[in-house]
Amino acid sequence: MAHADLLSSATLTDPQPFVIAGREFRSRLMVGTGKYASNAQMIEAIEASGAEVVTVAVRRVDLDRSKDEAILHHLDPDHFFLLANTAGCYSASEAIRYARLARAAGFNEWVKLEVIGDQQTLLPDTIGLLQATKALVDEGFKVLAYTNDDLVTALKLEEAGAVAVMPLASPIGSGLGMLNPFAIRTIKQRLSVPVIVDAGVGTASDACIVMEQGVDGILMNTGIAAAQDPIRMAAAMKAAVESGRHAYLAGRMPRREVAVPSSPTTGMLGS
Amino acid sequence: MREMAAAGGTEVAERTIALQVNGVERTIPAGWTLSDLLASLELDARTVVVERNGTILRDRSSFASVELATADSVEIVHFVGGG
Repeated sequence: MAHADLLSSATLTDPQPFVIAGREFRSRLMVGTGKYASNAQMIEAIEASGAEVVTVAVRRVDLDRSKDEAILHHLDPDHFFLLANTAGCYSASEAIRYARLARAAGFNEWVKLEVIGDQQTLLPDTIGLLQATKALVDEGFKVLAYTNDDLVTALKLEEAGAVAVMPLASPIGSGLGMLNPFAIRTIKQRLSVPVIVDAGVGTASDACIVMEQGVDGILMNTGIAAAQDPIRMAAAMKAAVESGRHAYLAGRMPRREVAVPSSPTTGMLGS
Repeated sequence: MREMAAAGGTEVAERTIALQVNGVERTIPAGWTLSDLLASLELDARTVVVERNGTILRDRSSFASVELATADSVEIVHFVGGG
């Protein structure tokens, strides 16, 4: 490895490109587009995050025009990769319907599949999720499945044809950070498809720690949008994801329960 | 309906039909196509997806030939911010 190149380059190189279903993306950070104070703020935050993949939701057009919700008036689909979600769906059939509507918008056949099982925690209904994944894969969708941090479910989603598995760090919108690093590492070690941690990242250190587990990427929304200064937080998240990725690639030192001096123990002055 | 109101309501009433659009009942002139409905709502067909009676109409060029019928259920959706 030419370390001179590393040092002279503004951005450290990553030996592995970030590829999902054969498509390479320029950033391991994916961001949502919800909960921003304004569309202008959303765009500025997304730009600051460096994200290429941005998620959107499918909803009824407000026919009374009480607010300007249409996100495509603000987001250039040539510059960003639009990833539609099925947020708010509580059954496989409902999620499948939303995925089909999203595909009919004509951008791509990708879907961030959510089948929610509990209103209070927004934890996934993994049985419905698996059913919907199978059905949508059969219809030619590229399914990125939002799931919990359970290895067996993750393995079944991969077997069902999901192109990426997206375990949560902690519940959606909670900002609690990664509650079970062991589970996330185990999923990453056992799956062949990309593992992208989705939900629960609250601040930059959370994102960094997630990436240090070796996962392929992170998707977040509230961690940026609900910050006091979303644009600055987006930039912090970008740096944290890159930092955590490089720390993982660099390989951390072993943990020791005893101190080991950093300075020479020889050559001390005589007393 | 607007046209009728503009004419002071003195014209012979057009035949109308009632249908559901995004969960709300609307009355439109009989014979209207999906394109007519979208135009009356000032919506650009390229920015929305339409589902009629549970079937997505993927071919937008067909909108002008899809005549709406009594009790149709039409859903008009688009992308909004989400995570």
